[in-house]
Amino acid sequence: MSKTTSVIMVGVGGQGILLASEILAQAAMLCGYDVKTNEVHGMAQRGGSVMAQVRFGEEVFSPLVQEGKADALASLEAIEGLRAAHYLQPGALAVVNTQQIIPVTVSSGLGEYPADSAERCESVFPNLKMFNAVEIANNLGNDRVANIVIMGALSTGLELPVEKWQEAIRKSVKPKFVELNLEAFEKGRQAAK
Amino acid sequence: MRELMSGNQAIARGAWEAGVALAVGYPGTPSTEILENIVAFKDDLICEWAPNEKVAFEVAVGASFAGARTIVTMKHVGLNVAADPLMTFAMSGAVGGMVIVVADDPGMHSSQNEQDSRNWGPFAKIPVLEPSDSQEAKDFIRYGLELSEKFETPVIVRTLTRISHSRSIVETGERTAPNPVGFRKDPPRYVAIPAWARKMRVKVEQRLYRLISEAEHSPINRIEMRDKKFGIIASSAAYQYVREAMPEVSTLKLGMSYPYPEEMIKKFAASVEELVIIEELDALVETYVKSLGIKCRGRDIVPGIGEFSPAILTEARAKLEDVKADTPKPVKESADLPMRPPVLCAGCPHRGTYAALKKFNPVVMGDIGCYSLGTLPPLSSLDSILCMGGSIGMAHGMQRVGEEKPVVGILGDSTFFHSGITGIINTVYNKGLSTIVVVDNRITAMTGHQHHPGTGQTLMGEQTVEASIEDIARACGVKRVRTLNPYNLKQTEAAIKEEIEAKEASLVVLKAVCPLYARKPVGTIHKIDEEKCIACGACVKIGCPAIEYKKGSKPKINPLLCSGCSLCAQKCPKNAISVCDEVVQNF
Ligand SMILES: Cc1ncc(C[n+]2csc(CCOP(=O)(O)OP(=O)(O)O)c2C)c(N)n1
Ligand code: SF4
Ligand code: SF4
Ligand code: SF4
Repeated sequence: MSKTTSVIMVGVGGQGILLASEILAQAAMLCGYDVKTNEVHGMAQRGGSVMAQVRFGEEVFSPLVQEGKADALASLEAIEGLRAAHYLQPGALAVVNTQQIIPVTVSSGLGEYPADSAERCESVFPNLKMFNAVEIANNLGNDRVANIVIMGALSTGLELPVEKWQEAIRKSVKPKFVELNLEAFEKGRQAAK
Repeated sequence: MRELMSGNQAIARGAWEAGVALAVGYPGTPSTEILENIVAFKDDLICEWAPNEKVAFEVAVGASFAGARTIVTMKHVGLNVAADPLMTFAMSGAVGGMVIVVADDPGMHSSQNEQDSRNWGPFAKIPVLEPSDSQEAKDFIRYGLELSEKFETPVIVRTLTRISHSRSIVETGERTAPNPVGFRKDPPRYVAIPAWARKMRVKVEQRLYRLISEAEHSPINRIEMRDKKFGIIASSAAYQYVREAMPEVSTLKLGMSYPYPEEMIKKFAASVEELVIIEELDALVETYVKSLGIKCRGRDIVPGIGEFSPAILTEARAKLEDVKADTPKPVKESADLPMRPPVLCAGCPHRGTYAALKKFNPVVMGDIGCYSLGTLPPLSSLDSILCMGGSIGMAHGMQRVGEEKPVVGILGDSTFFHSGITGIINTVYNKGLSTIVVVDNRITAMTGHQHHPGTGQTLMGEQTVEASIEDIARACGVKRVRTLNPYNLKQTEAAIKEEIEAKEASLVVLKAVCPLYARKPVGTIHKIDEEKCIACGACVKIGCPAIEYKKGSKPKINPLLCSGCSLCAQKCPKNAISVCDEVVQNF
């Protein structure tokens, strides 16, 4: 692979986007690629929309992904993927969690949460995997690993061997959570089939 | 070893490798993680949070005068606070290497303003280094410390959000043991009285000439010849964007962006057909190049406001080639999505303060911290935000000119220690009547929970003296000082009423630990009884993200988000909100 692969990950502050991007970046590095990532910390983490970007390939210059050029998108929330849809190349893989988190702007009457988020995703993303990752995570006993479930699904669209993902998970999470996270990852892969 | 590191991690690593003996700073996005990462090396060096950037700077100067290598870290606005010591230290100069790491935030992801810290280079006549990835971030710290010692000058390493918070691969190295020589008395060098300062002033100009010659030969400035049609001068992240969008053009990469390497620029300009300067924020290099009488393009093809993006570079390229850029079309399905700005967390104690303040409709001079998030609807509680500590002076000035509404200044605990105290002294001294509210959540929350002089713990993890906001206020002469629990609305409202009406200055401390920092919920999850609820919306007005409400229905509490603070229940006129016993808490 000589070209650079660009991945966009979005969600709501507190959903675990930073860990998700860390794992992808580690996996790519373990495969011997040059890697660059970026994410915004600070203010964005207080329940706002958050985005992380990971790029890997032989030699990566910009840490930022150009709109319309991303090779895959993962969204931890139902409408945040739509918000970032313009980043994706036509036809590229989109993995979207069906979980809806209602923003305070909606509760205070400043906007409306679309009732048709699933239909919208289907029409915008021709290559869509949309499922309830929170439910899968809950079945594993911890809704906090929904981010890893989504990463599992995302991994099916990227040319990185599964063992490297697993190794990256081992490197990135606390030892006592490794098994849980590996399982969540595997469940995500199955959900994408 | 090869490791994936953020720019900030790499800076911390670089400081350790280069034998830094003392690292000091004040938190500020995107610089905060430098010191947080340096703690890993605390067996080999001293690291400290200072109460503000000016103090941090002065601490670093002391270490440098004693011959130790040191770095001081801050965000761009922090260097405004530390500008006074900077400008004179630039004259007396460093002994042990001293690097000022200053992190800019183009596009204002988490900042109150946008400014280009490269301006300090020509202003203070000191070198500015600009890494363009994590490897350079690490390497430039060592190079900066060496320059600092060789030229007896402070050196700025300027980073940005996209350098500090981007990760890339770094080759790590070993640590060079520090070798501090100790302080050697030399008053004409260190004592800036006018007679000696005049001599220092001359040395600064001489040093600048020597630095220009260093810039001409510096390994971090390099010409990369490719196609000769366009030659682009760029530094920092902008260099990476250029390489990405225009891989075939020739580049002059400035690792040292001040002072300018005049000869190198002239040579590069002469070897390409058209010279282009691609710089984010201010047109400093462009103005300089034009002052040399060299024709170039720059501001006509890239904006000077906000952050660069790949799209901006693609457009710049199209403008150079005089073609139309193909920009992706907006997606119609996402045109009407509701905005999702950051908000106070569910269970945030600041919400109680605002809920209580709202009752009296005061003019609120705000400050900078998580409580700034009370600005947007539905809380809509802040009337101004200026700079850290600014709330108190602004409230006083407004009260003094006879503003009719009650005037309140509101600031956080970390901000109080940063620069609130002198404002309080001023209000009392000048017989002001304003009410000062300190929202004391026991930590510096906005920047990711750092300790400060009021928390009783140091950056290195030791227990220490816990400074008391109340005692300090009393010592400043405030007679009316009281401490309350912001989760108790009735009490807080009553107290604020009394203090607003009082005919002297008063200070109210609203004390409750940030639940995100404490990593535990405030109380038990609450639920809304649909039978009792009349959909009046009172609970929704406090803006808790756990309360979900769509027009025409009754509000619901999301048990995954609720922290059990009970504020919504205290707001409900129908007692429809109460603790919920079925749900197991999962915070
Ligand atoms: C001069 C300056 N330094 C640093 C910052 C970064 N900054 C923004 S908010 C904040 C801390 C606020 O802490 P605190 O006052 O305790 O309020 P909290 O966030 O805990 O509510 C800091 C350090 C800044 N904006 N300006
Ligand atoms: S981090 Fe703490 S202080 Fe900041 S909004 Fe959340 S709860 Fe409030
Ligand atoms: S008790 Fe009410 S205000 Fe407090 S966190 Fe829960 S829903 Fe939000
Ligand atoms: S305040 Fe009480 S009555 Fe009013 S909407 Fe909320 S729960 Fe219902």
